[in-house]
Amino acid sequence: MFDFGILFPSVLNGLTTGAVYALIALGLTLIYGVLHIINFAHGASLMLALYAVYFLKEKLGIDPYLALPIVVLGMFALGYALQRVVINRAGHGKDENILLATLGIAIVMENLALLFFKSDTRNIDTAYSLSTVAIGPAMIAVPKLVAFAGALVVSGILFWIMGRTDLGRAIRAVAKEKEGAKLMGIDVDHVYAMSFGIGLACLGAAACFLLPAYYVNPQVGGCFVLVAFTIVVLGGMGSFVGALVGGFLVGIVESLGGLYLGESLGQIGIFVIFIGVVLFRPQGMFGAKA
Amino acid sequence: MSAGAKQLAGIALFAVLVACVPFVTKSGVTLNFVMMALYATLIAQAWNILGGFGGQFSFGHALFFGTGAYIQAIAQLQGGINAWVALPLAIAGAALVGLFMGALTFRYGLKGSYFALVTLAFAEVFRILAVSVDFTGGGVGLMVPLHESVANLQFPSRGGYLWVVLAMVVAALLVTWWLRNGRFGAYLQAVRDNEDAARAVGVNPFRVKLGAIGLSAAFMGAAGAFYVQVFQYIDAGIAYGPAVSIEALVAAIVGGMGTMWGPVLGAVVLHVLSDLTRNLFGELPGINMVIYGTVLVLIVIFVPRGIAGIGLSVRRLWKSKGGRND
Repeated sequence: MFDFGILFPSVLNGLTTGAVYALIALGLTLIYGVLHIINFAHGASLMLALYAVYFLKEKLGIDPYLALPIVVLGMFALGYALQRVVINRAGHGKDENILLATLGIAIVMENLALLFFKSDTRNIDTAYSLSTVAIGPAMIAVPKLVAFAGALVVSGILFWIMGRTDLGRAIRAVAKEKEGAKLMGIDVDHVYAMSFGIGLACLGAAACFLLPAYYVNPQVGGCFVLVAFTIVVLGGMGSFVGALVGGFLVGIVESLGGLYLGESLGQIGIFVIFIGVVLFRPQGMFGAKA
Repeated sequence: MSAGAKQLAGIALFAVLVACVPFVTKSGVTLNFVMMALYATLIAQAWNILGGFGGQFSFGHALFFGTGAYIQAIAQLQGGINAWVALPLAIAGAALVGLFMGALTFRYGLKGSYFALVTLAFAEVFRILAVSVDFTGGGVGLMVPLHESVANLQFPSRGGYLWVVLAMVVAALLVTWWLRNGRFGAYLQAVRDNEDAARAVGVNPFRVKLGAIGLSAAFMGAAGAFYVQVFQYIDAGIAYGPAVSIEALVAAIVGGMGTMWGPVLGAVVLHVLSDLTRNLFGELPGINMVIYGTVLVLIVIFVPRGIAGIGLSVRRLWKSKGGRND
């Protein structure tokens, strides 16, 4: 049962999935770290990005990997607008209101997708969808390897933006001390919207890496939303390193859970981790003690 | 008449008026509409007990709904128990699950967004379990056979069901009346508004919140059992899926949290809206939920206190114009 030949491919598979999870979670944790809000529409936004990738491929014949700049920019614009027009006005000083507003956005997105695209599960067919590469005893699908590498590259870019650019410095300043940042001449509402936009742009990239080896339907966001929350909570809300490590961990747990408990029961592992972490260690692995 | 007595009279009037509907009309469409609006009111009021009066926003009230529904179905199918006897079992079972989840989450001081997400995770765990085990019918679901008779809690017309769900709604209204006027409700609202201050004056927040979640879950369980009796079918998606949780919280928030009539208003308004769209656009999948989501966002942005909140503001304005300040 604990045969290396079975365990190794499973862990490797988990790592590749985990890289994409990490990318999704990075977006979520950035939004939380800066705006201190939980974006419940994160999964639904990913679903929209997946549809964008799907239609770019099916209608215009654009390869998912080449579509990346288009989808990333589109998601960034969506995020910027959502924050400025809707979410910014919903708070009234209470976190729960924002959670409700993003829940409302998620409901609208999911059901508009259901209305226009029907509940069919769709996937795309590319030349490389079914090709595999051998790593030791494991056969790994090429799209999954690309997703792994791509997710790491995008995460690297994100780290660079946050650490080395003026925008990153402004974002970090606002996250730490909003009033102070405002006094230094930083446009806080703009920085909020930029952060939300970048958070959703991560989803655009994730969607391009996911779809060649995955599928899309209107409910697909639901699978990801709790996974992303689990990772973010596990890694410590607002922690970037935590989101990366948490992403890999959850990917592996899911893969092993599927191996030993079966496909449907295997998902339980993630929710149990989520409940456990929130109850017993809400500050996560890398978060400061609350 | 005191304010409390006036409210009681209001509930009595509501009960009598709605109870007369089956005598006035035999139209199946009308009776069905009233019945479903009452059912929506029931789950909204159940959510309101914990969310509105207790300030604990649950995203996973389906957990209690589904538990009540499954107990109602399984007790009859596998236990051979009469539906009327199964009903209190379903209510008690849902309340127990509520107490269990409350004990776990409130014990560790979960609040706000974290509480909301954990309730959602609980409902998901139950949904996956319900698909995976046998006694829930797995992915196929459970079908309760049709034996129309009052003794089986199955009625030949919607009128009978209407009375049953009306009784449940009235019970929920009486509980909110008690929350508005009784000591426990005062504790609960104190904990909602400022937990530390409430603790300082001797209220035990853990116990108070536990009581609220138990009550809230009990009514949700009753709604689940009612659902099974009306539709004679339940599966994991209906029982523990997010739709019920969303319907409950949207109606309560739209109507006005922490008020007695808000959830009734919210449920009726949403129901009328979804019926109107069905007439305008036909049976389109998802359109209902698009409206619910849009209304939720608009309400949170523009009238965070809900429809009943508008009424209160207007009344206060009226009073202050009359030279009174309160």
